[in-house]
Amino acid sequence: MDCTGLCEVLTQGGTDPGLAQFLSILLGVLLVVTVPLITVIFLIWIERKIAARIQDRLGPNRVGPFGLLQTFADLIKLLAKEDITPASADRLLYNAAPLLSLAAVALIWAVVPYTPYHVGADLDIGALYFVAVASLGTLAIMIAGWASNNKYALLGAFRVVALLVSYEIPLVFALLVPVMLAGSMSMVDIIHAQSGMWFIFMAPLAGVLFFISSQAETGRAPFDLIEAESELVAGFNIEYSGMKFGMFFAAEFLHVFTNGVLITILFLGGWYFPGWQMPLIAFMWLGLKAFIPYFISLWIRNTVPRLRIDQVMKFNWFFLVPLSIVNVLILAFLVMVLKEIGWVPVDETGAMALAQAGFIELLPMTIVLFISNVLICVPIVNRLRRMGVEQRAAREQLRTQRAMAAGD
Amino acid sequence: MDVLNEWAFIGVFLVLAPILPVLPIMGAWLFRPKRANVLKSQTYECGVETVGDTWVQFRVQYYIYGLIFLVFDVEMVLLFPWAVAYHKLSFFAFAAGLLFIFLLTDALIYAWRKGILIWR
Amino acid sequence: MIQFDFSTIAFFVFAVLTLGGALGVVTNRNLFRGTIWLMVSLFGVAGLYVLLSAPFLAAVQVLVYIGAIAILFTFAVMLTRSLTRLNVRYTRLWPSALGAVLLFAMLVIGVIWPVFGGNELYNQPISDVVRTTTDLGVALVSGEGYVLPFEVASILLTGAMIGAIVIARDADEEEMEQ
Repeated sequence: MDCTGLCEVLTQGGTDPGLAQFLSILLGVLLVVTVPLITVIFLIWIERKIAARIQDRLGPNRVGPFGLLQTFADLIKLLAKEDITPASADRLLYNAAPLLSLAAVALIWAVVPYTPYHVGADLDIGALYFVAVASLGTLAIMIAGWASNNKYALLGAFRVVALLVSYEIPLVFALLVPVMLAGSMSMVDIIHAQSGMWFIFMAPLAGVLFFISSQAETGRAPFDLIEAESELVAGFNIEYSGMKFGMFFAAEFLHVFTNGVLITILFLGGWYFPGWQMPLIAFMWLGLKAFIPYFISLWIRNTVPRLRIDQVMKFNWFFLVPLSIVNVLILAFLVMVLKEIGWVPVDETGAMALAQAGFIELLPMTIVLFISNVLICVPIVNRLRRMGVEQRAAREQLRTQRAMAAGD
Repeated sequence: MDVLNEWAFIGVFLVLAPILPVLPIMGAWLFRPKRANVLKSQTYECGVETVGDTWVQFRVQYYIYGLIFLVFDVEMVLLFPWAVAYHKLSFFAFAAGLLFIFLLTDALIYAWRKGILIWR
Repeated sequence: MIQFDFSTIAFFVFAVLTLGGALGVVTNRNLFRGTIWLMVSLFGVAGLYVLLSAPFLAAVQVLVYIGAIAILFTFAVMLTRSLTRLNVRYTRLWPSALGAVLLFAMLVIGVIWPVFGGNELYNQPISDVVRTTTDLGVALVSGEGYVLPFEVASILLTGAMIGAIVIARDADEEEMEQ
């Protein structure tokens, strides 16, 4: 194993090489872990503030300047809350579920490249790693629902898990697109492949599909069956109280922003921004860009009503899944054709290499791919609109019939 | 060995990640009131007393969704190497991938036709 | 002589996870808990894959087994009538134990013995090159590679899905009639 940076310094200072390496890795992990943990404290404030503005309220504004310290006050409140474990619960699994839930989200941050030089672990299967780790969160919900020994919790968990696994299919098919374009699953390689052109311009449809399914994966409106107060009392976390409930809560908040960061890495070019390329600024660009999908997510969450489970499932299986499959196939076909006619930048071996090309070289390819995406979208949007009009007409007809029946 | 170094990072992370949520829960254990009683620790089902067993028989529908997801999961896993290698593949490889996806889409269309995927 | 570095410690941790999880599966009466123990065991196997420089396989292990099979098992457990509180005792343990011991002996003779038996053939690795996922992808879809198994896998998956739908539909219709 290589030994550089802190590890090298420690070894020269007389520390055992193995220990030095362990210490340097431990420090790295602590640094990487701190970022999401500090972020989540402020995210809760930001989310509440944005939600309040959308709903024409002020939001938290009493504790600290602009209510900035509200989250700390809530944290102290949660610390002092009684934590009840139901007598009939499966104690071991009941306590393990919140830990697994937060750990699953935190683990994603291990592969997030903060700047060109600072990345936790640049795994060459990074994209697959994050899908695998995120699936641990699904298992955590299942465990929580089952271990609570509560009918509502179990039913809620079952519904949510069925929803989560369904939406994982379009998510992963959309993920295939940046992997295919970059020719690598490593997060760092995927960002480098976007040095000339962000993937959102080459594959906007994949970006939108990824966004929609990640919105469902975090359990946010209109897919927030995870929080079904009106149907199932509360859903899978009904029996949880105190800090354990807080952990599920924190995991959800963090997951939303984590998805924003992932979308930035996969589609919005990560730390790249025309002109400015310094480590600290790169970190800032990543954070700022991550706020775009994050804000849109909050916006949707606070404006759209919740859908019924059958509608959500229908939307996934009859719309998102086929669309994401078709999207991958069309993109693969077009990339192959463009490579044949020489519009795709290639390296010496004749393989596609987007990382080495500039903006101008990538422009023709981007225009073709963008237009193809728009062309896929036009009939789909038309069909969706027609379906909407038909359904509205049918509902209207039903209402007039009822009104007439009542009048008789 | 360089690759294992990256994974050593993940390994340490794996140990540390569950400890993070343990810390606040432990902190809460220090401060929180501990006055449990029989009524509090009952199962909360909207105030009504719990009737019967929670772990009852569920509908087969969940199982079908699980199975279809499993098939798609395996398919996606096989498609990832294809996508990673796509930048250096020929037209033949595209055709192979197309056939692979097409064969599986058949099963999806079958499921549509049979109305399996409609939530009831 | 065992040298204590990262990989060795990790190997022992994952080995304990794998075996401990397996022990949990066979000793638990509760099927859901058994499923969770099985996932612990399979997670340990994923760790062992990483140590064998097969990270792709490890990710697949976590994604497919913990992400999909665990969910499927839970749905299946809940499909059966109150199997989570199993009271029936399986009494014919001796034949099963004998079979397990025989299987284990076969494994020891077939796998472990040749490696530690000083056989020259097993002393060097089959290949010095660490294969990447890209190599795997090229091999999967190239004409001289494994394109036929790749497509056959697709047909197999299709067959599995259609079979599952047919069986589950029958069960569903029965349920509806009741």
